[in-house]
Amino acid sequence: MDLFIEQLINGLNTGSIYALIAVGYTMVYGIIRLINFAHGEIMMFGAYFAFIFAFMMPFELPFLVVIVITMIFAALMGMLIERVAYKRLRTAPRISALITAIGMSLFLQNLALLIFGATPWVMKPLISTEPIVIGNFSIARLTVLTIGLSIFFMVLLTLFVRKTKPGKAMRAVSQDKEAAVLMGINVNRIISLTFALGSALGALAGVFYAMQYTNVESTLGVLPGLKAFVAAVFGGIGNITGAMIGGYLIGIIETFVKAYISSKWVDAIVFGLLILTLLFKPSGLLGKNEKEKV
Amino acid sequence: MKNFNYKNLGKNALFVNLAAVFVLFIVLFALVATGILSRYLTSILILILVMIIMSTSLNIATGFLGQLHLGHAAFMGIGAYTASLLGILLRDAIASDILLFIISTIGAMVLAGIAGLLIGWPALRLKGDYLGIMTLGFGEIVKTIITNMKGLTNGAQGLYGIPKIMNFPTAFWTTVFVVTLIFLFMNSRHGRAILSIREDEIASESVGINISRYKLLGFVIASMFAAVGGSIFAFNIGFIAPQSFNFLRSVEIFVIVVLGGMGSLTGSIVASIVLVSLPELLREFSSYRYLLYSSLLVTMMLFRPQGLMGTKEFNLQKLLPKRFTEDDDLYDSKGSDS
Repeated sequence: MDLFIEQLINGLNTGSIYALIAVGYTMVYGIIRLINFAHGEIMMFGAYFAFIFAFMMPFELPFLVVIVITMIFAALMGMLIERVAYKRLRTAPRISALITAIGMSLFLQNLALLIFGATPWVMKPLISTEPIVIGNFSIARLTVLTIGLSIFFMVLLTLFVRKTKPGKAMRAVSQDKEAAVLMGINVNRIISLTFALGSALGALAGVFYAMQYTNVESTLGVLPGLKAFVAAVFGGIGNITGAMIGGYLIGIIETFVKAYISSKWVDAIVFGLLILTLLFKPSGLLGKNEKEKV
Repeated sequence: MKNFNYKNLGKNALFVNLAAVFVLFIVLFALVATGILSRYLTSILILILVMIIMSTSLNIATGFLGQLHLGHAAFMGIGAYTASLLGILLRDAIASDILLFIISTIGAMVLAGIAGLLIGWPALRLKGDYLGIMTLGFGEIVKTIITNMKGLTNGAQGLYGIPKIMNFPTAFWTTVFVVTLIFLFMNSRHGRAILSIREDEIASESVGINISRYKLLGFVIASMFAAVGGSIFAFNIGFIAPQSFNFLRSVEIFVIVVLGGMGSLTGSIVASIVLVSLPELLREFSSYRYLLYSSLLVTMMLFRPQGLMGTKEFNLQKLLPKRFTEDDDLYDSKGSDS
């Protein structure tokens, strides 16, 4: 039973990371119907940013400040990518936009390889490594922080989308772009905002991921990015709550497969799950079916 | 029926192009046989041929059928592993190198074709990005399976001791054979049916084209030819590892197809030659290889989304002097510039 609870906590930990990334995928998809393949790379850059702000500054910054600056930088980067690569393709066939996204992802990976070098940077712990002990349970501080902060930011995002005016505008644009323009919504600004928010959360995931796996390298974002995408599809792409649930589910499934079945087959099982979801419920757990019009 | 006339040969596009290919072969073979092209360069040449097979076959699924396919390397991997294992198994039983290659390759094609069916079947239900993601997931699954079947494939360390039976003429003529087959197929009734699916699925269904059948056919044929590419690749290097057939390889093939023009076989051939030899020519920039690929991809999509050739084919016949290609009587004319 102890093992079960331990694994559940591990699953929630991994799930938090996936959920944070998946939210970014799903927001962008919801608003411009594009699978932003470069999202995993933003996560990777987030990890590098955090490393730079934490260890390469002349003065020491507190952990929370590091996280906030990293998120701001990632947000700017996300907006820049949208402006440079995706904006012109909004009316282009979807396959062109998708190819551009793949190209952007490869480009950022290789850019990182060029700027930061091929040797992985080893992330030192940013917070105390002393575990929190409750009775005969002990949990790593990092795990608590990952789960706690992730949930905090996701609640914040949900409130933002549901309760504020820009959030309302975002929902409007994702429903009907033309109508949103007629209602006086600045669609370009809303799309930028979506990229900014998604990228900031992705970078946050990158920081946590780097702290747990310690190696920061240019391919860091690839696998978690793909799996978070699976999570987004699983939850119903375009649906923020769905992405969060999907992220946690994938994280927990992955951890349990690792613990009870085999760590070698994890990737195959996660992607197999993706294929099964796509086959039997392409709209995901919470997604809506889109009807095709002739 | 007409009497044989050298003038008429000029009207036959297939003949003209094959004749040119033959000349090209003699030139390249002379260079290889006399040792002007070093072993290393010959190996690059064969790699170009492999990528030509890979890109023209992916073009069936992506260019002509219009389905986003991001797992083509997986089929190359299935082909490479099957052919290598068959090659190792049969090397003592079959003395002739070419026969060994042909038999192993046919085995590889069968297995890859079955895998193509497996991926083509779900592909019937999915479109666009979803299909792309599914094929990507499939590629990852194949890679995991290959890595974990240690007894058969030696896992992540890679498979050693594959007979290095590939030489330039075999690779060259296999490539010519495959490309000609794909070309003939795409220009047949079935090829046109596949094209119509790309143009408008609903419209082609309403004129009685069996969409499911042709989509499956497209995927299976693409997968089978990918296996040929994998087989040449394995027998040329003599060593394969799962990492050779990862997502990045799929993307590389995909980039070639997109750059050459989705729906243009000759475009794929030109793009294969350029994209494989470019990094070799610019050796000092070889670490920028993927940076170059990706920037090319993005710039191409922004400024020329149809690729270098669009859907047009390059035809040597057009370069011939008029007197060889002009028709004597108008009734015979089928419009050589179609």
